Amino acid sequence: MNKVYSNAMDALAGIANGSTIMLGGFGLCGIPENSIAALVKMGVNDLTCISNNAGVDDFGLGLLLKTRQIRKMISSYVGENEEFERQLLSGELEVDLVPQGTLATRIQMAGMGIPAFYTPAGYGTEIAEGKEVRDFNGKPHLMEYALHANFAIVKAWKGDSMGNLVFRKTTRNFSTSMARAGDITIAEVEELVQPGMLDPDQVHVPGIYVHRIFQGQQYEKRIERKTIKLASS
Amino acid sequence: MALDKFGIARRIARELKDGMYVNLGIGIPTLVANYIPAGISIFLQSENGMLGMGPYPPEEEIDPDLINAGKETVTILPGGAFFDSAESFGMIRAGKVDLTVLGAMEVSENGDIANWKIPGKMVKGMGGAMDLVASARNIIVAMMHSNPKGESKLLDKCSLPLTGVGCVKKVVTELAVMDIEDGQFILRERAPGVTVEDIRSKTSGRLLVPGEVPEIVF
Repeated sequence: MNKVYSNAMDALAGIANGSTIMLGGFGLCGIPENSIAALVKMGVNDLTCISNNAGVDDFGLGLLLKTRQIRKMISSYVGENEEFERQLLSGELEVDLVPQGTLATRIQMAGMGIPAFYTPAGYGTEIAEGKEVRDFNGKPHLMEYALHANFAIVKAWKGDSMGNLVFRKTTRNFSTSMARAGDITIAEVEELVQPGMLDPDQVHVPGIYVHRIFQGQQYEKRIERKTIKLASS
Repeated sequence: MALDKFGIARRIARELKDGMYVNLGIGIPTLVANYIPAGISIFLQSENGMLGMGPYPPEEEIDPDLINAGKETVTILPGGAFFDSAESFGMIRAGKVDLTVLGAMEVSENGDIANWKIPGKMVKGMGGAMDLVASARNIIVAMMHSNPKGESKLLDKCSLPLTGVGCVKKVVTELAVMDIEDGQFILRERAPGVTVEDIRSKTSGRLLVPGEVPEIVF
């Protein structure tokens, strides 16, 4: 068994036109930078991308929007991207907006083998249209389905050759659930280590979920909103 | 005189109690963290996966792996914890977060809130707002009393697409503090120098004025 790939292009083999891909990250925090660059290079199109956000104009998923490789986005918030807005208004891009907690749990349930669940989020709003409503403890809930993908692509801090992953700070976000929800899960890591070098007590994603892993290069880790404490405050 | 956004935040901060877990939305709600009353400690929850969120970092401590739900660089306080989005919304849905403060475009007299979409304009998405308002045990809205066109944002019925139904418990604007109970706004406090008539004339929904209404004193 070998899960280790030498670079993003090799690790992403098999992603084809029309694939559904989950991509981890919140804003630009913890996004799989190397894999996004490789998807641009591969030129695959007609993609359905499941990601909380859509990047910014010149980074993150914005790069795949610019090249018109995405046909549909499933996200909770897409407000930071002008090209996205243009494509949406012109009808080139389809968008399915999902409440953030519902999105996270739909992905989580896919990784847990649970086909659907009930949540109160969105009851009484337009996103409830066409959904089954059921009362529990006197409160109405919507039925939501688990969300699967052909490929899940996540970026972790460290990983080992068995596919175990460890994340840093707020980069866990959607990535730990997505890693469990892909038919094929691809992880890029800042540091790829040998088995035994990660503390088993600290593993966030056990290797069973991860099919391919590679060490990424030259992480930019662009900051979307740099906010600093002023010396006087 | 009407409150400014800092005054609104300062007044909302009085609702904080020792030991509360609190989620603050983007905008005025974020400012509430600057006015936590002395002698109490609260825990800020950021729905991208953190409890114990601290202030913005000094320049040399900026970490791109550590942001808040507004995508701003922040810090974490001693005793804080990181987790993933699914767990974050699990704790929100399970009612573990004591208080949510968020902004709104409209609030109705029965506690409905609209804050995510203006038909015909670009739709950016609801983010975590629908999950938060559907599950938080206590929801306070921080907003201006009127929209930029001068129309009341406190209505009998929201005209914009809803974020949640029957969930808002309290509204703090530049003019007033109001509770929402039994299908009406109840005027609890006035901004300094603002009259009950000022507030009444700018409130479209049903407004109950229970006798004397004190001024907010800082």
